[in-house]
Amino acid sequence: MDSIESMYQENILDHYKNPRNSGKIENASVHHHEYNPLCGDEIELFLVIKDKKIADVKFHGKGCAISQASASLLTEEIKGKNIEYLKKMTKENILELLGISLSPVRLKCALLSLDTLKNSILIFEKYIGR
Amino acid sequence: MLSTKTIMDIETIRKDFPILQRKVHGKPLVYFDNAATSQKPKQVIEAIEFYYKNYNANIHRSIHQLGEEATAKYEEAHQKVADFINADSYQNIIFTKNTTESLNLAAYSLTSNLKKGDEIVISQMEHHSNLVPWQQLAKQRGLKLKFIEIDEDGNLDKNSIEKNITKKTRIVSLTHVSNVLGTINPIEKITKIAHENNALMVVDGAQAAPHMPVDVKKLDADFYAFSGHKMLGPTGIGVLYGKKELLDEMQPFLYGGEMIREVTFGDTKFNDLPWKFEAGTMNIAEGIGLGAAMDYLGKVGMKHVQQRDKELTNYAMKRLKEVKEAKIYGPEERGAVISFNLNNIHPHDVAQVLDSEGVAIRAGHHCCMPLMSVLKVPATARASFYLYNTEKEVDVFINAIGKVKKVFGV
Repeated sequence: MDSIESMYQENILDHYKNPRNSGKIENASVHHHEYNPLCGDEIELFLVIKDKKIADVKFHGKGCAISQASASLLTEEIKGKNIEYLKKMTKENILELLGISLSPVRLKCALLSLDTLKNSILIFEKYIGR
Repeated sequence: MLSTKTIMDIETIRKDFPILQRKVHGKPLVYFDNAATSQKPKQVIEAIEFYYKNYNANIHRSIHQLGEEATAKYEEAHQKVADFINADSYQNIIFTKNTTESLNLAAYSLTSNLKKGDEIVISQMEHHSNLVPWQQLAKQRGLKLKFIEIDEDGNLDKNSIEKNITKKTRIVSLTHVSNVLGTINPIEKITKIAHENNALMVVDGAQAAPHMPVDVKKLDADFYAFSGHKMLGPTGIGVLYGKKELLDEMQPFLYGGEMIREVTFGDTKFNDLPWKFEAGTMNIAEGIGLGAAMDYLGKVGMKHVQQRDKELTNYAMKRLKEVKEAKIYGPEERGAVISFNLNNIHPHDVAQVLDSEGVAIRAGHHCCMPLMSVLKVPATARASFYLYNTEKEVDVFINAIGKVKKVFGV
């Protein structure tokens, strides 16, 4: 990380303060809540899945700027995508979305939304969308 | 240069701590994470280096010069700790790995002969290290764990103390100074209440022993635990003080080499105090390093350390209160710890921006998740001070908070 301004760049602060796809979906195909008790970051994710694609997504969360901006960016990224593709997403994809590098401690904040997404799909495939 | 307020010469003291010369992200280091671990003076670093370079040997049974020198220094460190907290003898001083291990030793050993339904009393403000051992042993042994509540200011609630400590109480275990709120608990008074009810008193002194004169005779606590690394010593060395008559009766916590007097295939006679509780090869260099830390703090004088802490904390409280977005947790009268939050900015983000200005603080639950739930916050930012910190550093910290506000537009 070069400077603090690059970590909290405009793009990230904008997503943190004005999260995209913020809210809840009443009749979601699956909704799942992940929590990082170590820092209190929380993400609740709502997915509408049609023909193995993300037809709609919303999230509700609280926590640090990195965790919430990453969730906002991720919801933009996944709309319309095939769930097979989403299952293959890695931390590199998230870092690319954020456009910054992070220390191992802060990486956990950034990856909470990806964990929530992957677990949502797991639950969907195992219990709901069979 | 002599400070106007204290007789401690801060500049001279700062020169003893090599790390304070360091720059972080191009800025001078402002180290305000002393409640997590303190920095080390060169006297401590050199004592450890000197041991390894000149008389490294295993202790107690070495019939050679190096072993004798190492044994003498290691045992002497126990005496220095005893003197530091006004204990009767080195025999009251057990070296452990840290406060956590000291409290585990006390918890395992003291609960081993309790009966189902016996009660243990701790408080809502305990660090996990003074909560989880009691909680888990209570579950295993069918004991009842009770919590003294805190009031709105972050002090132990007086009614709750009286309500919880009763004739059923066998052990009371409380922190002397809260690592989150800075609350200084009235240990002497509570010890009296515990003893009136025939309960034993265990004290977590991790945040007290480094910062104020501790007199175990005056406190009359039965056990007192603390860590070397928070008081200028190295990591890997902690202390459990115990009253001799209690330690004599107690079952050891760790079994193995050195803690024995005689072993047959069928039975073992345990060693004298304190070695009965120090199994295996101990952290010898670290013990000697702790001895050097005791010398250093002894020379400065704990009254002066306490006064210096107070000046810094008062100044930082005053400056932080000027920041209208800051919410400060805990009572007015406190140790050298300030937990706070800035509006809704997550403490991790606060700490990250402060770090970019060279200011090291802690952010998180501070190993006090149950307390966080009482405070109704997921986490706090925490600045904590020690004898080498300055008012100028507090100003840097406050300016850096200005930067946090700027980055997050509050």
